[in-house]
Amino acid sequence: MIDKPLERSVLPHTKLPARFWRKLGERLIVSVLFLAGLSSVATMAAIVLLLLWESLEFFRVVSFWEFITSTEWTPILSRDNPQYGILPLLSGTLVSAGVALLVSIPIGTVAAMYLSEFALPRVRDFIKPILEILAGVPTVVYGYFALLVVTPALQTILPDLGTFNLLSAGMVMGVMIVPFVSSISEDAMQAVPSNLREAAHASGSTRFQVAWRVVYPAAISGISSAYILAASRAVGETMIVSIAAGGLPQMVWNPMEQGATITAFIVQVAKGDLPRGTLEYQTIFAAGLTLIVITLALNIIGHFLAKRYREIY
Amino acid sequence: MVDESQTSEPVIAVKSGVELKAQAKDLNFFYGDNRVLKNVNLPVPDRKVTALIGPSGCGKTTLLRCFNRMHDLYPGNRYEGEIRLDALNILSRQVDPIEVRMRVGMVFQRPNPFPKSIYENVAYSLRVRGRIRRSILDEYVEGALTRAALWSEVKDRLQEPAFTLSGGQQQRLCIARALVSEPELLLLDEPTSALDPIATDSIENLLNELKSQVSILIVTHSMQQAARFSDYTAFMYLGKMLEFGNTTNLFAKPTNPKTEDYLSGRVG
Repeated sequence: MIDKPLERSVLPHTKLPARFWRKLGERLIVSVLFLAGLSSVATMAAIVLLLLWESLEFFRVVSFWEFITSTEWTPILSRDNPQYGILPLLSGTLVSAGVALLVSIPIGTVAAMYLSEFALPRVRDFIKPILEILAGVPTVVYGYFALLVVTPALQTILPDLGTFNLLSAGMVMGVMIVPFVSSISEDAMQAVPSNLREAAHASGSTRFQVAWRVVYPAAISGISSAYILAASRAVGETMIVSIAAGGLPQMVWNPMEQGATITAFIVQVAKGDLPRGTLEYQTIFAAGLTLIVITLALNIIGHFLAKRYREIY
Repeated sequence: MVDESQTSEPVIAVKSGVELKAQAKDLNFFYGDNRVLKNVNLPVPDRKVTALIGPSGCGKTTLLRCFNRMHDLYPGNRYEGEIRLDALNILSRQVDPIEVRMRVGMVFQRPNPFPKSIYENVAYSLRVRGRIRRSILDEYVEGALTRAALWSEVKDRLQEPAFTLSGGQQQRLCIARALVSEPELLLLDEPTSALDPIATDSIENLLNELKSQVSILIVTHSMQQAARFSDYTAFMYLGKMLEFGNTTNLFAKPTNPKTEDYLSGRVG
């Protein structure tokens, strides 16, 4: 009985569009929103599929076991006896990312704690935009900053340091990542309800004790996702390590030496003109797949860590 | 409207011979330019329960939060006058608010346990006072939980998160957290307003037992609660202290007409 369409709108001087058009418009909007949501998922799926597909070709020639155990990586350097061990690239990646995290996590956390718990609003409004600019500096600028400023500066303290080294690249990368850590961590600390702060103050805490013993642990779930994001950025960062870390794929654990990261290798290959379909060309997909696996693992670890240590409020 | 000329200055004093733990003297408090407390006088007798009552917005919570300098946490707040804790004027610039809060415990309107274990919630108040031996810590935590009438309910689950407790248990945990550092004065800001009647009853019984050990100043919106277990009652109205006295006397024959209106339910 209500099925009869409205003849005219309830408001005078307005006219409802016919029901058919109204419904169509609504459907259209919903599907546009759905597609927007789907696009990120689809992109991710496409990337993984492409990497898997090309890597599969690669692993037909090179055994998976050799890929993950061989300590030499010479797919291009050595014509006669190329070696395909990812470990040298992995070590370079881990060392540079490790240095970057050693810089960015403490500085970013302390900065977030300062901004959220100590800074006067005026000071915060001044510092936050500057911190955020750090994240906007092009990475190629950071790369040359590492090579031309930080490395020479470090060499005055560490005379043995080479022109190309993972230490300087990692440190500058760390500086670049600081705003990611501080911004997300600050949001997480701001979200901690103020009645917890008041309870801590009422117990006789100093402001630092409130920040460190109550607010930080209460916000650890959000903060750990900031750390994971930082780690993902560090592992995936390309330009700085390409410019400042040297390109020699070798097993390294000492950040003072030079080394190649997975990303730096991919860039190096992509800059050359390798014919499609060759084994050398496919190496970059195997390397890329390794990167994705690392990032995925980081995210999963982060998820569980956050769940395990979450303090619910 | 309050006609200033008709309201004579109330006499706020206790009988001689009653020892005071704390006392507000001609206290004014400002949020920015807004004067919220007007020449407030309040004696807090030693090891008794003093209840602060009055309609919403009369300034009773604001007054309570002066006693541990909570207002210092936010910019733009200003005190004038004195609050004596024993002989010390805790509003003096030379006094560190943290030292005040180490002597004065506080329990809030809504239970606000830290997102930590039951044990760590109570231990917190001691940990912030410096390093302390584990065995001593255990002893104090057990003592505080016992005094807060919670020990028997939680002794087998001390490492569980505080959020697994019920609302009433959480509030008793907050009381234990305040008691563990053996405060001289315990401030409670409507501690039962978020709780059901049974939990409220258990908190009231608990406070009744505590008053032999610690002076208690409690804000309550419930006149019945004030009548049930406080020794002294103070009635506030529009930022002023209108009446203070022995609870029985104040409820039986209030001297100020405003108090009478409030108690009989005509105001507030």
